Amino acid sequence: MMISREYVESIVAKNTRLDGRKFDEYRSIEIEYGVSSKSAEGSARVRIGDTEVVAGVKMELGTPFSDKPGEGSIMVNVELLPLSSPLFESGPPSIEAIELSRVTDRGIRESKALDFKKLCVREGEKVWLVFIDIYPINAAGNLFDACNLAALAALRDATFPKLDGDKIDYSQKTKNKLPLTKLPIACTVWKVENQFLVDPLLEEEQASNARISIVFTEEGKICAMQKGGDSPLMSEEIAQAVELAEAKTHELRRHFK
Amino acid sequence: MKYTKRLDGRKFDEMRPMSAQVGVVKNAVGSARFQIGKTVAIAAVYGPKDLFPKFLQKPHGAVLRCNYNMMAFSGSGERVRPGANRRSKEISMVIQKSFEPVLDLSEFPKAVVDVYIELIQTDAGTRCAGICAASLALADAGFDMKDLVCAISCGLVGDQVVVDLDKTEEDFEGGAVDIPIAVLPRTGEITLLQLDGEISKADLAKAIDHGKEACKKIYELQQAALRQKYAQEARA
Amino acid sequence: MSKLLFEERQVVIPGDALAEGMDFLPGKGAFREGEHIISSRVGLLNISGRILNVMPLSGRYVPRRDDIVIGYVRDMSYSSWFVDVGYAYEASLSMKDATADFIERGSSLSDYFAVGEVILTRISNVTKEGNIDLTMKGPGLRKLSGGKIVEVTASKVPRVVGKQGSMISLIKDKTGCTLFVGQNGRIWIRGPSPEAEKLASDAIQLIDEKAHTSGLTERVGVFLEKHSLEIKQ
Repeated sequence: MMISREYVESIVAKNTRLDGRKFDEYRSIEIEYGVSSKSAEGSARVRIGDTEVVAGVKMELGTPFSDKPGEGSIMVNVELLPLSSPLFESGPPSIEAIELSRVTDRGIRESKALDFKKLCVREGEKVWLVFIDIYPINAAGNLFDACNLAALAALRDATFPKLDGDKIDYSQKTKNKLPLTKLPIACTVWKVENQFLVDPLLEEEQASNARISIVFTEEGKICAMQKGGDSPLMSEEIAQAVELAEAKTHELRRHFK
Repeated sequence: MKYTKRLDGRKFDEMRPMSAQVGVVKNAVGSARFQIGKTVAIAAVYGPKDLFPKFLQKPHGAVLRCNYNMMAFSGSGERVRPGANRRSKEISMVIQKSFEPVLDLSEFPKAVVDVYIELIQTDAGTRCAGICAASLALADAGFDMKDLVCAISCGLVGDQVVVDLDKTEEDFEGGAVDIPIAVLPRTGEITLLQLDGEISKADLAKAIDHGKEACKKIYELQQAALRQKYAQEARA
Repeated sequence: MSKLLFEERQVVIPGDALAEGMDFLPGKGAFREGEHIISSRVGLLNISGRILNVMPLSGRYVPRRDDIVIGYVRDMSYSSWFVDVGYAYEASLSMKDATADFIERGSSLSDYFAVGEVILTRISNVTKEGNIDLTMKGPGLRKLSGGKIVEVTASKVPRVVGKQGSMISLIKDKTGCTLFVGQNGRIWIRGPSPEAEKLASDAIQLIDEKAHTSGLTERVGVFLEKHSLEIKQ
């Protein structure tokens, strides 16, 4: 569909959206676990409407950071596959991919969702590094939230591989789940004209001037935020977006029950 | 070394369970998913569209560009570092060549048709699964094709000719020969053939024969997947 | 003895043998190989006398002279506009074909058509190399403002229009929308409300998905009837 920015703005002004949803309504969400269970330590597929994203967890052993000798770490990598959209090109990661990676990373890292201390094998010498790779299969809007859900689902699905002394035996899976203690859920709020909405279609993203991603823990604490877009937001608007995100992340969390 | 029983119990000319679906990436002009055993490939086609930089353009028809990629978590052991490497570049090239004889892109001079193949999970036979998926995706995209393209790995495990080697067979300590082939099912023409290992002429001929035979079953599956997308419904 | 192996309007795929014997001739989307006529694409078999055609069910629009299409202005040079008509190449609209009015020397081209605008235009010429010329001179050709555009596979446009325009009239009547259908599969919709426009575009999407089935006009009629009560007038 070729929907102009003006058209999106005009129907938002008439209090409706392209697909008839309410402004605070998400498309239907599906989460599937273990889509790459033979190869990945943990994996998942998330669908939000037509947007589809897969994520996988691979574990490696590494040396810890000198200032955190007893802690492992994560590395989040989102690759915007040209397979998923005519708008993505082959090549090194674009700034959009980098932003998605880093925002998803911060939500997990800052909330201490994964207990890094439980990723320690031998203090000062060997720790687990958890790689989370996220790929859109069909990009149809709202990759921020989809990538966050996919990363969490993959982590939830993940188990430690077997350790053979200091070597990893990937062919043997253990039953030990990763130390995932909480689920930091993201909700990105987009501003179109003067309306805030969530879970945008691609056309709505293109008609928007400002967006803000907010990641909430179950306790109601905010552990990551990212504002994007060319237009500024007033502090009242940010507060409004935070309220909306809190309510939405509460709903989204139910998909993980 | 003798190989009298396959590690997973299959017959020597038996392939792993397969499935195919067409139209799995809505944004693409054509797309498909192909699974054989635990190997899962998704292919999506975009184009024809303008090709830049201009020096890559061809005056007599569109350029076909294939891109094969394994997702970082799709390998059987360690994480696969993202990005193109020599192996993926070679595979991309042989896949592209396997489609040259069936596609007529002369209607679109100076343009490009992009075929993207992603592996979500792998257990050997990835380039073949990729070709099977890409074949469906190109047909789904509406391109004129002389035939679909089927691909399977055949070869030797120990002393036994087999079809569709999985990873454990490829790594068999008694030695294995992996021969991926791509076949045009109606004529039996071979558009891709590679060989990895050591094999006698007689065994090679036998392996290729079995491979071509196996491709007939793949063809049936591909045809069914394409028809499935447009299945006629009963009159209301 | 020649024999047809498929029926009219059956779905065929690349490699399907459509007929055997020498009495049939390959048309669009088919070729002869020895004793057989083979389909080269995914589509519906169309039998036109002795000629077997395969009407595509998917794939891109192929521009033909005199097609009326909906294009998006993408770029301009000092004397022409470059327009996306949904093909592998951009089409060009030169200043002399843009309007029947006299364009003053030195006036800005974007006063007439600016980048991003949508036009209902006619293809005046297509060359083998893919050069497509457009013209805005002709009845009804103009810039389309407001409204939304939905896209269907170009080969399904006849289904959207229907026999003697029956399908498109049905949609117009039940939704109150104005619609222009481009041969390139793009359809412009403008209606009295966003809900009406959505209903029209949903109906078109239904046609796109079920274009190969029979009884489509009835089915679309039922769909529109069911949902037209929901449109706020």
